[in-house]
Amino acid sequence: MSSKPQIDIEKVSHIYRPPRGRPVLALENVSLQVQQREFLALLGPSGCGKSTLLYLLGGFLPIETGAINVNGEPVKAPGPDRGIVFQHFALFPWKSVRDNILYGLERQRMPKAERLARVQQFINLVGLTGFEDSYPSQLSGGMKQRTALARTLAFDPSILLMDEPFGALDAQTRHLMQGELLSIWQRTPKTVIFVTHDVQEAVYLADRVAVMSARPGRIKTIVDTKFDKNDPGVFKTKFFVDKVDELWNLVRDEAIKAERHTS
Amino acid sequence: MKVFYRYLPLLLLAIGWEIVARLELVSSSALPPLSDVIASWIDMLKSGDLVSNAGASLYRGGMGLLLAVIVGAALGIFMAWWKPINVLFGPIVEIFYPLPKSALIPVTVIWLGFGNGSKILLIFLGCMIPVTIGAYNGARSAEQTLVWSARSMGANRLRMLWDVVLPSAMPELLNGVRTALALTFILLVSSELIVAREGLGYLIGFLGANGSYDAMYAVVLTVAFLGFAADRGYQMLMHRMLQWREQTP
Repeated sequence: MSSKPQIDIEKVSHIYRPPRGRPVLALENVSLQVQQREFLALLGPSGCGKSTLLYLLGGFLPIETGAINVNGEPVKAPGPDRGIVFQHFALFPWKSVRDNILYGLERQRMPKAERLARVQQFINLVGLTGFEDSYPSQLSGGMKQRTALARTLAFDPSILLMDEPFGALDAQTRHLMQGELLSIWQRTPKTVIFVTHDVQEAVYLADRVAVMSARPGRIKTIVDTKFDKNDPGVFKTKFFVDKVDELWNLVRDEAIKAERHTS
Repeated sequence: MKVFYRYLPLLLLAIGWEIVARLELVSSSALPPLSDVIASWIDMLKSGDLVSNAGASLYRGGMGLLLAVIVGAALGIFMAWWKPINVLFGPIVEIFYPLPKSALIPVTVIWLGFGNGSKILLIFLGCMIPVTIGAYNGARSAEQTLVWSARSMGANRLRMLWDVVLPSAMPELLNGVRTALALTFILLVSSELIVAREGLGYLIGFLGANGSYDAMYAVVLTVAFLGFAADRGYQMLMHRMLQWREQTP
């Protein structure tokens, strides 16, 4: 593991200004380093600013206070080095599965033959063979998210930003997708930042889990969750159960605070 | 067969018209028999009057609408995505929206004369408003995450407008164009009725003033049919363009 982090978030604060109403301090003095090829989960109650942090990292929101460096360069705008997968898929509804996945490769100016071969490879990878010409409206939630995942993986970003990607799926599909994501990640050298409020999901997938506090969002603590995930009985191991318990205790207080805040 | 039953009331109306006129329940100058109207229609078709005047009208309508769609769509989308454009054009669109566009007929004639130019300008100005509003509302409804996805895959801002915002705006934009299409016929015929030397509107006015009521009705029916056919054709096009919205699992 290299000593210099691939992602370096330095004392970032962010004020969210809604079109109506008072500005809200969404993030306060957040610092975080992520190594290359690491899988980091951002865990916290809803409204804690974990998605905001992800959007800042993606270059979608302006960084007003603090600094974010990726591969030694300050983040200024979105770029294909950081691919993103959203909770509600964000597929282009007017494009077929194939054309959705092609889009990023077209923007990267990949030659046509290469592009088509690569798209097929990723369609096969996520198990959507036979659905190449379907439109998103014809797919189930799980298939939509597989398409979105394939679309992002296909243009080969070194960093994968995932914003509660399985949050809109039913429990069984979610479980399946978690396993598939893990196996894809183990085969490809990518750094993953995974936003979730599901403690088990965080422990199962991530090497480290950064627990965030309720608004304003701060990094409360970081818990190491690296262990052998390929064990089929992983969910029953003492390590897994203990980690879930530890994180759940950390997150519970914040969830209660967040609940009071919103109601 | 389904189509036949659907338009059966029209056939009944035509038969009723013929009977009422033949029995002289109304004066023949107010309502000439449909068969006479059809006969004059065939005569005008043979003489070429109908075709040349319809050609002039369709050219004006087509050009005006085409310009309105191109300029209106671009204006609406830029208004939605670029603040200075909105600040500059927003109030103009707002003021212009409730103005009855036929009031501009004399104005466009003063500017561009009796020929094609004044009609094209009138239709362009009138039709641009519903297209702009459709494009604007549609573009504003473009999902943030789609825009972000495109940007993260390497699309620059202009590319993103074309690839994401325009297709997102398409359903509302196409509805705006449908309104504009209907407006095209209204503005076309009324402007030609008032000041023109050719065109279907001109022909209606000319024939009416000369007492050729059979022929006048024939032209009125031609305009009605063209309007109907244009709307039908447009709806089919719209359906094709928005096929991706259909849920057929």
